[in-house]
Amino acid sequence: MAIKTQPVTVNLGPQHPSTHGVFRMRVMFDGEEIVDVEPVFGYLHRGSEKLAEERTYTQVVTLTDRMDYVSSMLNNHAYMLAVEKLAGIEPSPRGVWLRMIASELQRIASHLVATGFLLQDLGALGTPLIYAMRERENILDLFEMLCGARITNSYLRPGGVFMDAPDEFWPALKRSLVDILNTIDELETYLSGNEIVFSRTKGTAVLPPELLINASITGPMLRASGVDWDLRHRNPYDYYDKVQFNRILHTASDNYARYWVRVQEMRESLKIIHQCVEQIEPGPVRPSFDEIPRLIRPPVGDAYVAIEGSKGELGFYLVSDGGISPYRMHVRASSLINLTLLRDMLIGGLFGDLFVTFGSVDLNMGEVDR
Amino acid sequence: MIGLGLPRGFVVTLKNFIRPAVTEQYPDRRIGLFGAAKEAGMNPVRFLFSRPKESFKAFVGLATVPVAVKQSARFRGNEFVFFEDRCTACASCAKYCPLGIIEIVSVPGKIDAQEGESYKLEVFDIDIGRCMFCGLCVEACPYDALHMGTQFERSKYVRDSLVITKEELGAALKRPSSFYRPQFEEKTFDPFLEVIEDFHDAGRHERPSADELKRKWVDER
Ligand code: SF4
Ligand code: SF4
Repeated sequence: MAIKTQPVTVNLGPQHPSTHGVFRMRVMFDGEEIVDVEPVFGYLHRGSEKLAEERTYTQVVTLTDRMDYVSSMLNNHAYMLAVEKLAGIEPSPRGVWLRMIASELQRIASHLVATGFLLQDLGALGTPLIYAMRERENILDLFEMLCGARITNSYLRPGGVFMDAPDEFWPALKRSLVDILNTIDELETYLSGNEIVFSRTKGTAVLPPELLINASITGPMLRASGVDWDLRHRNPYDYYDKVQFNRILHTASDNYARYWVRVQEMRESLKIIHQCVEQIEPGPVRPSFDEIPRLIRPPVGDAYVAIEGSKGELGFYLVSDGGISPYRMHVRASSLINLTLLRDMLIGGLFGDLFVTFGSVDLNMGEVDR
Repeated sequence: MIGLGLPRGFVVTLKNFIRPAVTEQYPDRRIGLFGAAKEAGMNPVRFLFSRPKESFKAFVGLATVPVAVKQSARFRGNEFVFFEDRCTACASCAKYCPLGIIEIVSVPGKIDAQEGESYKLEVFDIDIGRCMFCGLCVEACPYDALHMGTQFERSKYVRDSLVITKEELGAALKRPSSFYRPQFEEKTFDPFLEVIEDFHDAGRHERPSADELKRKWVDER
């Protein structure tokens, strides 16, 4: 063999429609096969962690909205739990139930987006994505009723939420829950038995559970490999010990398993919301300003709180020097850490599976770069 | 690998194909022939014969009416509603804003024997070009002087014109949102039809009782 062939390097992104944001991959192809992948990110870096150092604890909420903009409510939740732990604030029960409902709604919305875009990457242009987005729109309408904004919610405050849900929220929630369940059923009949989806996703990008644990991957990606790790079970925060829901596990650890776990988790979230609505009781939604002033000065110390976000373990680490703003804030961004196994998933795979695998990780560039 | 999966999927898409559309048409909505006739106040047959040109336009979907988007009472729009009579120039809003885009200049005003010293508001500017409409300033205002508005079509060509002054705020139509102002939630307020002219309509928190006033101002001092 005298003539040597050479691999070709292709730049995908940062403005590629399939990279879910401003993300760039330097991929080396040998024909159809992927030889090497180098992710390049940081295009969306806004320095949120640094900005937090000169804002008061309540003002930082507005920054957390903009980290993972597909699940801002969950970011608010994780941040507020960290503030409460740091300052030793006892939250009001009604506020806690309300923020659990909001968080689970946001988880459904985020999983719907993930599922829709995974199918979009598979080549199902439009249809599943539009079905998913239609339902997400319902959820965003509910958020608009709760806090007046659809994406940049800033709904949570230390010790609860800023305002009780309006009266029209509860009937609308009831209607939406039925609609969402119908859409999940629809998605499942439409996709979970679809032969084309099977042949494209089953057996691609398989990751062994040991590798996932070593790389500290969390969330649906880890549960799709059969590892039972859900912080809502393992380390119940808020009132998650008062609600029952099933653990969703799949053992295949391929792209299909990740898709399946997300769809089933939406069903569990619906169950949680139903139980929250049953158990919620009247009362104040946040402690009064006599108990917790507007300007919190937590004692010197640090706190780390992690919740089960839509993409994995979402943690906030706060250090206080006794002042009115955090001395340091660090975010354990699940998207960034889930990205670290991209090479292992892609190398040896085919070009056609690249974006499917990428979509199954469910990245959000706002969270990766912060 | 041929099974029932694909046909079942097609049943789902077919069902969705025939269900009514959920698309919100904005800023104009198509009304069709019957709608156009109704707008003109005629019955459709007469409309068709008396104005054939317009009927054709309506038939092909060119006749439209402007439409307002459905929004909930708490919607935080891109504007503010400000009642200067109530503002005490305390600057809580300016301190609470994460971006520091509210500018307040106040001068000592009259000295009243009963009310004590008061401040006069000279400048109250909000640079809504940089505002993210988080509502924290509204939350901070202790006297219900500042509210979020419900309108959002506020684009301008130059950034300078996005700095809203006290006068502009006072002259603007007052369509407050019920964000952090539960008193607006009781009466269903249609942001498109109703305008609050008189600031007394806008509601205040309940007046403290005489006992409360005594406890707060006499006993605790
Ligand atoms: S809405 Fe938020 S950003 Fe805008 S002026 Fe008020 S506090 Fe500042
Ligand atoms: S917080 Fe309210 S009363 Fe105080 S300066 Fe601002 S608008 Fe005026």
